[in-house]
Formats: sequence, C-alpha cells, structure tokens
Amino acid sequence: MQPSAKYLYYPGCSLKGTGIAYEESLLTTFRLLEMPVKELPDWNCCGATTYMSISEESATLLAARNLALARQTGSKDLLAPCNACYLTLRKSQEMVAHYPQIARQTEQFLEQAGLPRLDSVRVRHPLEVLYNDVGLQRLRELTVRRLQGVRMASYYGCQAVRPYGEVDDPHDPTRMDEILKAVGVEVVEYSLKTKCCGGPLTGTIHDAGVRLNYILLKEAVRRGAQAIVTICPLCQFNLDAYQAEIRKQTGEPIDMPILYLTQVVGWALGGEFRELGLHRAISGRKLVEQWFTAKKEAETYV
Amino acid sequence: MERQIRYQREADLEWAHEFTKHPNCERLLSCIQCGTCSGTCPLSIYMDLTPRQVMALVREGFREDVLRSKTIWLCASCYSCSVECPQNIRITDIMYRLKREAIQSNLYPKRFPVPVLAQEFCELVRRRGRNSEFWVVLRMALRSNPLVLLNMARTGWDLWRTGRLSLRMERIQRVNELQYLPTASKEVD
Ligand code: SF4
Ligand code: SF4
Repeated sequence: MQPSAKYLYYPGCSLKGTGIAYEESLLTTFRLLEMPVKELPDWNCCGATTYMSISEESATLLAARNLALARQTGSKDLLAPCNACYLTLRKSQEMVAHYPQIARQTEQFLEQAGLPRLDSVRVRHPLEVLYNDVGLQRLRELTVRRLQGVRMASYYGCQAVRPYGEVDDPHDPTRMDEILKAVGVEVVEYSLKTKCCGGPLTGTIHDAGVRLNYILLKEAVRRGAQAIVTICPLCQFNLDAYQAEIRKQTGEPIDMPILYLTQVVGWALGGEFRELGLHRAISGRKLVEQWFTAKKEAETYV
Repeated sequence: MERQIRYQREADLEWAHEFTKHPNCERLLSCIQCGTCSGTCPLSIYMDLTPRQVMALVREGFREDVLRSKTIWLCASCYSCSVECPQNIRITDIMYRLKREAIQSNLYPKRFPVPVLAQEFCELVRRRGRNSEFWVVLRMALRSNPLVLLNMARTGWDLWRTGRLSLRMERIQRVNELQYLPTASKEVD
C-alpha cells in the first residue's frame, strides 16, 4: 500500500450528471483515505455500451484517446468508477492487444491527433482498489462509526465483473461483502448480485428494464435487506429512480435506499452527509436521513 | 400467419463464413447448441429469437432473419452468456457485430428506440466528445415515441429536485482530435 500513490480519475458522463453522488462520495472517500485523486483532463465519453453498436473502430479509438491522455499525465492508474466506463476502457486495451490491425489503426489515430502512443496504463475500478490497494485491515482501522442494525445487499451489476473478472470473481463475487463487513455493515446473502439491471433499457424498452429492477428489489427485500449497495451509476439510477412506478404497478410497498459503496464506506470513515451525496437519494429518503445523520457519539466505535 | 419454416436456399453461407473472420466472432462455429446462453440471459423472455437461436441462424447464414430481429437490440451487453458459454463463444460481441450490420444494411426496426438512441448518442459524442444524458434521451424520445416523455416527467422531476439532472451541453476542449475518428460512412464497418 502506498498512501501517496496518485490515482487519475475518469468520471465519464454519469458521474457528472445523474450519478453525481458517486463522484462526491468517491472523492470524499479517497480524501479520507489520504489517496489523492486527480481528474483526467479533457476526457471524452467512453462510448458506453452504445458506441460499440455503431462502430467498433470508433468505440475502440474513443477509449484509446482517454488512455493516451492518462499516459500523458504520467499516472499509471486510471480509476473508472462506472462499470460501463471500466469495461469499455479495458475492452479497448484488449482489442488493441489481440488484433494487430486494430493496434495499427489506434496508433495511426493517436499519431494524427498528436497524442502519445498507448502504454501500460492500468484501468482500475474503485471496488478493486479499495480491496487490493487499501485492504480490509486498513479499512477496519480507519472506521470511526458504524450503522447499527441495518442490513444491506451488495449488488455488482454486470460489467465490473464480466467478462474480465479482474474486479472480482465473475460468478461469485465476494469483495464488496468483505469491504462492507470490514467497515461494520451487516450484509445479507444476495444471489442476484450480478444479475443485469437492464442498463440503458429502462430508457428505451422501459417495461423490460423496469421488470428486471423489480426482480432485483423484490429479492433484496425477500433476503431481509434494508438497502442495496451498488458500484455503478446506471445500476444506482435504475434501482433508485423507478421505485415509485414499481409501487404503483405492483402495489408492493418497496421504498429502499440504493447507496453507492463509496457512500457507505465514506460515511464509516467519517464523511459527512452532503459531501457524500446522501441528500441525492430518490427512494428511501427518510431511511437515508435517519441512518446517516444520527448523532456522532452513538456511532463511534468503543 | 408468419411462415415458420426456413429454406436452405434462403441461407447465405458465404455471409456466415465471412462473419466468423471478424474480431471476437471467430469461435461462433464451435457452438454446441446447449442453450446455456439463453438460459442465463435476463432478457430472453422478451426476445423474438433466443441467443442460442441467433447463434444457430448466423451459422446457417439466415442473415435477414437475424438482422431484423428485436433480439439484438434487447441485448443489454451484460456478458452473462459470454462468461457462461462452455465453448467460450463471445456472444455479446457477436450481438454487437449484428447490431452494426443491421444499421448498416438498414434492416433495424425503425422507431425502435434502441437503435435510435444509439445513433443520437454517437452523433453527439462524435461532435462534442461527451454525452449529455438529458439531451440524448430527449432526442431519442422525440424521434421514436414522444409519448414516453409523459412517463419520463416524474423521473425527470425526481432527478431535478435531487440535483441530478444537468441541462448543460457537455463539450471537450480539444474536440478537433475527434476528427481523426473514422468518418460516418466508414463508421459502420
Ligand atoms: S452457450 Fe455457447 S455453446 Fe451453448 S448454445 Fe450458447 S453459444 Fe452455443
Ligand atoms: S449479453 Fe445480451 S444476450 Fe448475453 S445474456 Fe446479456 S443480454 Fe443476454
């Protein structure tokens, strides 16, 4: 562990928009961990799951520009908190490594654009950085307060763990549970933790997307969870934003906070309500307020 | 009634053969039709062809049937099928390739929101370097089905009051660097 290691940060579009609470809590958490994070200058959109459906070439090159910009700053680690950004950047690297023709195209593009050649930038997901670079032991030590009697389900979504499996095991990931336990959170078994939330489908084929979210929420309730913890802005958005609609459609009283891992960890490390973006919850607002604005004395470890 | 039987003479084996030469599509022919992909796919109940059927139809060269299907647009790129396939076939990437070809050949379902969204999104990113969530969704809705805007109003309001809706049009500084991306006509390779 190097506490002074400089992490570059690739926000992607969501963390500046609907997922702004993820950015706020990420920056706060890493500040509390004394691991400075710097935003990648002039980053462009990663292309998400969409650009690949229009052009494989351009999708790869868009991601490559970001990697080249990262290379330019001299940093080795590029944090990509959004699952789609993470995968897109990783995938671009993989395409370049496997297909000489794509590598040539990429080189040519970077040269024309006046950018440096690709080099060994490591694309990292915050979950895996918290687990590997910080470690459970240090998280345990730095924890200053904990939630009493709140049970949470960890939810990974798809693209952090699949297909590469570098953030966690693609079939049975456990690192998020371990991190949550380390900062004093009670976790429940949750078998749907890598089931897809529908991604952008809630905006396009709405019914199909909302149904997937209903299944995820319902199962979390059935497992006794009072909140779901996510590591992807789109998962958070999908699960958070449509609960009113789900209540109306199904008549079930689901009103569950959907939190970012960095909000929960950041709070345990001493972060404050607003700087962790906790005021931006749509569902389960009362619970969020109740849990995270409790008096400090009561929360501190004895 | 829709005809169910496919005839061999309608198949284009040349196309199928070419298909497997593309990046990440090489292993298509090793499919053993076990159906694991369809079993694991969270969207298969909404699909007109299951992922397993898509693999079989591509392999046999039923080009149009596959390219016209809704299935490829329902695929959310969750990679479940890809990590579960016992033959290591990169099904998600094959779906991507089919999406590109469907747009290129103009065989995608018009006004179906997914390809419309994809086009709007890519155009915005090409021109400005960044996506602006609000504007992309708005343009997609206007082009496919403006009625959905009514349903979106509530979500929009929730996002607005929690400070999560940005109306800003994002743009990168060195947008000129993007002119070296392959041009739109070559775009769909
Ligand atoms: S899981 Fe793989 S081998 Fe099995 S049907 Fe699907 S593509 Fe074929
Ligand atoms: S990647 Fe697409 S086809 Fe495969 S399981 Fe996910 S949604 Fe289904």
